[in-house]
Amino acid sequence: MADPTPLMELQSVGVVLDGRAIIKNVSLDVYPGEVLALVGPNGAGKSTLLSLMAGDLSPTSGHARLKGKEVGKYRPEEAARLRAVLMQSNAVSFPFTVWEIVEMGRAPWARTPQLVEDTDAIEKALQAVDVVGLSERRFNQLSGGERARVSLARVLAQRTPVVLLDEPTAALDLRHQEDVMATIRGLAREGAAVVVVVHDLSQAAGYADRVAMIVGGELEAVGPPEEVIVGDRVSRVYGVDVDIERVGQPPRPVIVPRR
Amino acid sequence: MTPPAPIRRRIRLRGVLLSAALGLVLIGTVVISAITGQLPIAASEVIGSVLKWLGFTTSLAPVDPVVEATLQVVRFPRIVMALAVGAALAVAGALMQAVFGNPLAEPGVVGVSSGAALGASTAIVFGISAGGGGVALLAFIGGLLATLLVYAVARAGGRTEVVTLLLTGIAINAFAQAGLAFVLFLADTASREQIIFWQLGSLAGSVWSEVVIVLPVLILGTILAVMMAGKLDLLALGERNARHLGVDVEQLRIVAIVLVALLTGVAVAFAGIIAFVGLVVPHIIRMALGPAHRGLLVASAVGGGALLAIADLLTRTLVAGADLPIGMLTALVGGPFFFGLLYQQRRRRGGWA
Repeated sequence: MADPTPLMELQSVGVVLDGRAIIKNVSLDVYPGEVLALVGPNGAGKSTLLSLMAGDLSPTSGHARLKGKEVGKYRPEEAARLRAVLMQSNAVSFPFTVWEIVEMGRAPWARTPQLVEDTDAIEKALQAVDVVGLSERRFNQLSGGERARVSLARVLAQRTPVVLLDEPTAALDLRHQEDVMATIRGLAREGAAVVVVVHDLSQAAGYADRVAMIVGGELEAVGPPEEVIVGDRVSRVYGVDVDIERVGQPPRPVIVPRR
Repeated sequence: MTPPAPIRRRIRLRGVLLSAALGLVLIGTVVISAITGQLPIAASEVIGSVLKWLGFTTSLAPVDPVVEATLQVVRFPRIVMALAVGAALAVAGALMQAVFGNPLAEPGVVGVSSGAALGASTAIVFGISAGGGGVALLAFIGGLLATLLVYAVARAGGRTEVVTLLLTGIAINAFAQAGLAFVLFLADTASREQIIFWQLGSLAGSVWSEVVIVLPVLILGTILAVMMAGKLDLLALGERNARHLGVDVEQLRIVAIVLVALLTGVAVAFAGIIAFVGLVVPHIIRMALGPAHRGLLVASAVGGGALLAIADLLTRTLVAGADLPIGMLTALVGGPFFFGLLYQQRRRRGGWA
């Protein structure tokens, strides 16, 4: 089970942007070897929480720590060897090839002993998201789903102990969604701390060790999927009547809206 | 699994071929430029003169002192100036495109050249010499201010939309033109004429004392730019992604912007406004080599030098006995090229994004 020292700690963080409280007093730890799913309605503050963990944003109050040190205190290249981030939008300004894009994920390891892993990391990452055949193509010529997978490959190639993913499955077809979630599980199995924003509650329940539900900038609940994703809470938070089925072995919650 | 090695080898081969081709064009242009002019000079004499300058006295060296003087005092400095200015403008263009995340960013288009021109003409009119480098210094300051202004206004999230970029360019160009008009109004007839011709862009009358200011800036600027090449590549992913990959984006941007202003400023100070070199050259190189900045910057420097040397040769030879303004020539070719690029971008993206 999870290691007792968290890699990522949010300690009563709050974020105020333009006088509006986006995040209110959220405390959340992420441990090595676990997948933590962030769920919640649109605009709840999931991406903002991810930005805090990534160090793009400094908390207005509270602390965001990566490996025991304030995220904002790291030099950019140090942070880049500790955490990788997949954002929702991934445009590329110039017509780089898929291989070149994924190779960019190795940039933080230039001039380090890990440099020797470059080719292996790139090839494994391309395989993991099923874009090997595209490696010579120009990124700008790919479909939305292909771009999303290539961007994820870039993040995988970075090989960091903390991986932050904002909706990695949003643009993908069913098979690639399942593959990507399985890849994410694999990362955790190898010891990474993975935080993933997902919209599909069944997906979150099916693959995450713990689920954190964010509502209106506050932490509504955090814990194992079967404790967080319960019928009356989901109905209340999302304003939709749902039934929760239990499927699989061990049983995982599956959400069925009442129609 | 597609092994990456063949791709790499192919790109490297293409790079070598392109460099060789550009090098040949460059040498050819230099020799043709040196032998062409009011005083025809043999190619062997040119080679002899270069060797003599390098310290090897051979039988090829020109016997006639007029030939020797023409080469050493008039033609060589002009050729070297053309190469240096072309290289500086092309590297500045490639850098600017990287920072703005937009292949249409170019010092001339967005008004950096105008800003530099305003600075330079202010120095000319008010006789600010600052130890001989006053024109260059004020050109740099003007260019830097213009770059910072475009940068502050036109970018959002590390990218610049074409419309915003061009509108900002229009505003800055208009402002700089107004400033230039005012400076011209204040100027006496002699400096007025000097400024007007200089504004059209010309390499006529280049002397070694100017070349030795341009060359170090070019060399230093290009080396620094090439050292940043890997980080500039990452910038293509957007600012936040670049930061996630360990790039100190703020620092990179500041260094790149100062370099753009330096390279553009020094080129404008001694050659006037020569637009579109920074647009055309990196674009063609990108099509041939791909967008990775290491090769792009180096090849752009060579290609920019070659292009401007050819353009300068044309300005001296197209009309017998006359020296056409080189800025006019590059704009004549670059304008339609720019138009084509805009059209292409617009069609591809389905709008002015």
